[in-house]
Amino acid sequence: MNSKKEKIRNFSIIAHIDHGKSTLADRLIEMTGMLTSREMQSQVLDKMDLERERGITIKLKAVRLVHKASDGQEYILNLIDTPGHVDFNYEVSRSLAACEGAVLVVDATQGVEAQTLANVYLAIEQDLEIVPVINKIDLPSARPEEAIREIEDIIGIEGHDAPQISAKDGLNIDQVLDAIVKKVPSPSGDENAPLKALIFDSYYDSYKGVTCYIRVFDGVVKPGMMIRMMNTGKSFEVTEVGINTSKHIPMESLQAGEVGYLTASIKNVKEARVGDTITDDSRPASQPLPGYKKVIPMVYCGIYPAEGEDFNTVRDALEKLQVNDAALVFEPETSVALGFGFRCGFLGLLHMEIIQERLEREFDLNIITTAPSVIYRVTKKNGDFLEIQNPSNLPPAAEIEYMEEPIVSASIMTPTEYVGAIMELCQNKRGSYMNMEYLEEKRVVLHYELPLNEVIYDFFDALKSKTRGYASFGYELKGYKKSELVKMDILINSELVDAFSLIVHEEKAYERGRNIAERLVDVIPRHQFAVPIQAAIGSKIIARETIRALRKDVLAKCYGGDISRKRKLLEKQKEGKKRMRQIGSVEVPQEAFLTVLKYDERK
Amino acid sequence: MCAFLIGEISMENAGIYIHIPFCLSKCSYCDFTSVPLNDTVGRYVSSLLKELQIKAHILRDYNIDTIFIGGGTPSAIESEHIGNIIKTVYDCFAVAKNAEITIEVNPGTVDKYKAESYNYLGINRISMGIQSFDDHLLGCLGRAHTGENAINTVKILKDSGFNNMNGDFIFGQPGQTLESFLNDLKTASELGLSHISMYGLIIEDGTLMKRWLDEGFVKLPDEDLEREMYHQGIRLLSMEKYHQYEISNLSREGMECRHNIGYWRLKPYIGAGLSAHSNIGSKRFWNTSSFAEYFKKIEGCEMPVEDEENLDSETRASEYIILGLRMNEGIDYVEFENRFGFDAKKRFGAVIDKHRRGGLLTKSNTHLRLTKKGMDLSNIVEIDFLP
Repeated sequence: MNSKKEKIRNFSIIAHIDHGKSTLADRLIEMTGMLTSREMQSQVLDKMDLERERGITIKLKAVRLVHKASDGQEYILNLIDTPGHVDFNYEVSRSLAACEGAVLVVDATQGVEAQTLANVYLAIEQDLEIVPVINKIDLPSARPEEAIREIEDIIGIEGHDAPQISAKDGLNIDQVLDAIVKKVPSPSGDENAPLKALIFDSYYDSYKGVTCYIRVFDGVVKPGMMIRMMNTGKSFEVTEVGINTSKHIPMESLQAGEVGYLTASIKNVKEARVGDTITDDSRPASQPLPGYKKVIPMVYCGIYPAEGEDFNTVRDALEKLQVNDAALVFEPETSVALGFGFRCGFLGLLHMEIIQERLEREFDLNIITTAPSVIYRVTKKNGDFLEIQNPSNLPPAAEIEYMEEPIVSASIMTPTEYVGAIMELCQNKRGSYMNMEYLEEKRVVLHYELPLNEVIYDFFDALKSKTRGYASFGYELKGYKKSELVKMDILINSELVDAFSLIVHEEKAYERGRNIAERLVDVIPRHQFAVPIQAAIGSKIIARETIRALRKDVLAKCYGGDISRKRKLLEKQKEGKKRMRQIGSVEVPQEAFLTVLKYDERK
Repeated sequence: MCAFLIGEISMENAGIYIHIPFCLSKCSYCDFTSVPLNDTVGRYVSSLLKELQIKAHILRDYNIDTIFIGGGTPSAIESEHIGNIIKTVYDCFAVAKNAEITIEVNPGTVDKYKAESYNYLGINRISMGIQSFDDHLLGCLGRAHTGENAINTVKILKDSGFNNMNGDFIFGQPGQTLESFLNDLKTASELGLSHISMYGLIIEDGTLMKRWLDEGFVKLPDEDLEREMYHQGIRLLSMEKYHQYEISNLSREGMECRHNIGYWRLKPYIGAGLSAHSNIGSKRFWNTSSFAEYFKKIEGCEMPVEDEENLDSETRASEYIILGLRMNEGIDYVEFENRFGFDAKKRFGAVIDKHRRGGLLTKSNTHLRLTKKGMDLSNIVEIDFLP
């Protein structure tokens, strides 16, 4: 038994977006000979197309590799994939908790990035052995020596023996595998102790119900056993356990130190939450594994069926996504402008965009999304306390004693040349400067406290644009702070469109109001009458623009050869109109609802 | 003989369009299929004749009451070619005695000999691409003629006996003023043209004009001025006894273009020549726009068709409305019901109501008809009549 554990290495890969994590994972899988080259789909670990396109891994998964090391022995390497975005920090921490080591991929052309650093610190906190790897050495702009120096200076670990590889070309991948075997400790744990297994991922499919990806720390789990989720308290009978290669391979049992999957007729991922501890129902462990957190949404927005789309279809789709995504919450709401829809909560903006895209792509739905909002705390003059995430629910200003908004601590890593631009941006976003750390001569981390509602507005886009993509950004919720907030409404043709209402800081209201009005003028097509667009706080108009009346929409020539083309043109226009929202007598295209939250280069 | 006569009486009318894709030079706003005059003209005309023979059976049971030779610039090629084309049409089709036979000409391409030949061939209507009498504007349009050329050409044709004559004019040109456009129309009236087409300039992709605009060399008059030109133009012409019968077309009493009305009333027609369209029964089909392809197909005795569409009766009904709305007369509800078997007023009640309220459709109970404002915004109305 012991010798079996000694031959196991559980590890994950930490890398910045685009630094080649998925490519390296592919190569490792290929090199261990588990799959033939023909079976290799590009980026095996990324399950969803969407992720592949965005080049980021959203949901994690484990793969078991068999590697014959240079000592001639066969080792089992369990590669546990981690999501690569700040929205999924908690999930990253849980998958790291399932490992004894982490391969740190550093791009030889870019060096160490802020986001990588955050995950490295997470890994170090969990006592993981860090195995640095320098990637992309095939590129002409590669500077491996600098990357090594950064690893040593910034992270404070040995870097000179790091394998220098090209994941793309498959160069020196065997060195990575050997380094894992050599450096990452084998798992400890007691097979005879009561069962303790960590769920680091779970997903739903309609055949098996929920499949949990687990790391067994103590004890043994096998089919037929009654298990209990220690945090949610639910019990289930195990139907299958096994390991994950290119497909699921059922096993008799999973033992302490092993990584694999488990099914137990679980109907919803909510009942098998990431971070929960599985134990034996009849002989439970005394304590669950540490670190379980119930994920709470930070960002909310309304999702509405577009013209011609059915409310129930949208609900069905959200329900289906929710079975697989414990972080997604939603409840029905009504908008005067958009009709029946849902208020949905997300981990962050990226999570929100992913859900929107999945609704559109996987479910082929036509939806309208309202501007994202955070949760505001309202204390009323009569002493009542409210949490508001839909601007429409804000009580009248006269009833409000004070309001509070969520604040995040943000760290921005950047080359020094952009410090000025970033400081200006943060200032502009009502940020409070905390401090600045020099990582090396030309690279700093800026620490700011920022209101979350500014972050979700257009902070990412603005940062990217002002630093030509060189800065990276991470944040976590710090707490709430009193703030002078107001509700700003947008009126189209004198009609209040609740879907456009926003809660903004008083000082920002004029600028935002003008900005939104200007953009709406650009995206709302001209009508046969003039359409005024106004921004208002209460009954006070703070900005006004007008969409001029359309004077001409006619085809001058229409003879024998023009008729088909003309009809097709009209059909196309009609198709476009179908995707518009009728607000009073004004047709508003769906992108209008998005423009409210887009970064404006003109600023 | 007797059967033929009975046939002629009961036969449905149809039109023939013949495309001549040659021009002296390319205009800066033109995206039509046209090439410079070259030595393929002979081969092209032979192919045309053959195509007419191949297509003869399609209109076997129809009475041809309009023929339109368009382009390009049909007057740029020898009138003998035109003679052969007309002769072949007569050979292959049943052409009505009073058929309207139009040829498009450009100023400066018709001399006395050509004019008399056209007359002799039975051509009885001229459509001339005058566009403007202002030489500066003509230069910008890339036209190969002056205003004076146009005046002279009109005179030559009149002298040869043509009195059914259209002039094409363009408004909304870069640099054009309201005054200059109205002057053009006044001159046209003084020349005694019986028909005037006035088109708002359309900027097509891939044209020289489009590039000039994109690069900022020229600037279009704004929308308000463009509409001003249109409405004032119509008003001026009405005082000169031209009545508007379609969005872009006006004529003196009884001088409307029957061939074009055929398009807007969804009458059957066939087209011959490069990229020419045909419309008959439930089908629309159109020829290839490639010379090589065209020659190859025709020489192999094949129809040179590039593509076709088969339209169901719903789509046909909507086409009928969309095209009919272009005409000042509009669509006669009774005629519509006779043709399509349902009451448009009932079927489209909500849409009609909406556009009446918006001031784009008239309140007529007998006809579906655009208002003056509706003529400016016809696309908005038409969209709602798509199936």
